[in-house]
Amino acid sequence: MTWLRLAFANLCLSPLSSAVNVLLMTLGTASIVLLLLAGSQLTERMARDARGIDLVLGAKGSPIQLVLSAVYHADTPTGNIPLQAAQRWAADPRIARAVPLSLGDSYGEFRIVGTTTDILEIYDATLIEGRPWKKSMEAVVGAATAEAQSLGLGARFASSHGLADGGPVHDYRPYEVVGVLAPTGTVIDRLVLTSLDSVWDLHDVDHVGQSRHGGLITLSNSGRPAVQDAQTTSANTSPSTPSVGLPEEHARDRNDITAMLLSYRSPIAAISLPRLINADPALQAAAPAIEVSRVLQLLGIGLDGLEAFAWVLIVTAGLSVFAALYGSLHARQRDLATLRCLGATRGELMLSMLLEGLLLSVVGVTLGFLLGHVTMELLGGWLQSARGIELTGWRWLPAETGLLLGLFAVGAVAAAIPAVQAYRNDPARTLAQS
Amino acid sequence: MTTAINVSDLSFGYGGRPVVNIERCTLTRGQSLAVIGPSGCGKTTFLHLLAGLLSPDAGRVQLMGQDLSELTGSALDRFRGRHIGLVFQQFHLIRALSVHANLELAAKLARCTLDHERFAELYRMLGLDGLQQHKPAMLSQGQAQRVAIARALVHRPPIIMADEPTSALDDSNAERVMHLLKDTAAAADAALLIVTHDQRVRGALDAELELEVLA
Repeated sequence: MTWLRLAFANLCLSPLSSAVNVLLMTLGTASIVLLLLAGSQLTERMARDARGIDLVLGAKGSPIQLVLSAVYHADTPTGNIPLQAAQRWAADPRIARAVPLSLGDSYGEFRIVGTTTDILEIYDATLIEGRPWKKSMEAVVGAATAEAQSLGLGARFASSHGLADGGPVHDYRPYEVVGVLAPTGTVIDRLVLTSLDSVWDLHDVDHVGQSRHGGLITLSNSGRPAVQDAQTTSANTSPSTPSVGLPEEHARDRNDITAMLLSYRSPIAAISLPRLINADPALQAAAPAIEVSRVLQLLGIGLDGLEAFAWVLIVTAGLSVFAALYGSLHARQRDLATLRCLGATRGELMLSMLLEGLLLSVVGVTLGFLLGHVTMELLGGWLQSARGIELTGWRWLPAETGLLLGLFAVGAVAAAIPAVQAYRNDPARTLAQS
Repeated sequence: MTTAINVSDLSFGYGGRPVVNIERCTLTRGQSLAVIGPSGCGKTTFLHLLAGLLSPDAGRVQLMGQDLSELTGSALDRFRGRHIGLVFQQFHLIRALSVHANLELAAKLARCTLDHERFAELYRMLGLDGLQQHKPAMLSQGQAQRVAIARALVHRPPIIMADEPTSALDDSNAERVMHLLKDTAAAADAALLIVTHDQRVRGALDAELELEVLA
């Protein structure tokens, strides 16, 4: 306690220098903690969302885009595929489960997915109230969707055309909420699930509306003249005016779906099935595991860059601690000699110097961990509401324990050379010179 | 009477040049000794030899019956802390610590239990009441000197050594400091050894040891 108190008092002699050292250490630590927390939770979340999905069947295009749109609902689909072709692969004996997806509309920021109730199995989703959809225009909403849009049983809402908020509203045929899902911590929390028929029916009506332009059906809630709305919804037939967030050929033929999520009966299927599917000129097979690792690799390059920068901050902090302690050593030679005269041992002088470095790093690193976790929590709150990505700062990763101890040691390492110099202090010579 | 300091056949030099050569010097508890001589005669070196900060080339230094050559490393440091109270010309208070913390540190390094009555007694005796929380930089020269004396006495050492305690002071202050050192040492029944080139100290202590510059 004596030496800790002395170390603290010595640091207080140069408050500005100590504060800068602590700040550098805090910022470096907070950056590393933030990246660690975000990286691990994003990876975990991506893995959780893709669990149980071995292969995604979709239109030709970018496999990453296909996986992002069909599994993570974070990109536009690559296009539509014939239902019949997809069903042929779904019936393959190597496939244990096949879940069709039909995308194209949204409600607010939440995507509406035409699918079968098998999708609930993929995410272990259960209903906290209501029942699964049975008829066209019945919907089951995910927990986050229900909360954000205040959708309870019996609520009716009109979907918007396109996958981004702000598209033309299909208010002539509203959905009715018949079920609400319990939170799962997966992407399904932010979806509106309905039958394939709902999507097909709605777009059939659209086509009718389009053909009867200015006739029976108007899209009044879009806030635009009916003629313009009709033009917007005719994206399928007018490639020059693509609809919001959808590929040009989004028109819903009852024989089309957007994608199909496949689960293998046995992992052996992974050897041949993707290759066979990809040989089909109309279809593409993308394995989420492969595409996720590709995304993470791309993401990882960015994270690695940020992490390298954070480590530069830590090294700078270490060097700054070293410079501060080494710089003060000359002025402190007399104090060190006096301490020896008062009965301090060489080891105790060394300890006192090490404690100063350690104290700076302990304070800086502790504040850094606190700042990193609090920032992650605040950032998580914002990402949750803005992007639906659940990240929390109130989590301790096993890797953090090692990081904590390692970063504590930075101060002690930085103080090592000044500590050795303190150890070698010759009190007789120092006092004779003073 | 307990012998506090017993020196015999002590010699020390730098690079072959002899600096200290003392055949015999003894001081008992309660006695005071002035080690005087001109600059460069080895007074401070002698004090450092007595405090175990330097090792003699030959001869023996015994403090409170303990031969210092038998102690090494941390044992010697601890012995010094416990048995010697040192007062420096420049006071050498620890800048980062308050007056009270300086005294506490000295007591802890001497491995003494903190005796708050002792602190209060020293503050009263040396006129330091009200200055306990002051940092050394806030003290006047005289106050700092009294704190340095208090620090040397806080753990009731049997030996007090002072290095040029009066050389920078005017006559009245020099006399006051000498009285202070003598009185406090006498009150603690400590042996007092003062090394100085200040001729005003002559005759103020029980005995004198005059050193000469060795050829």
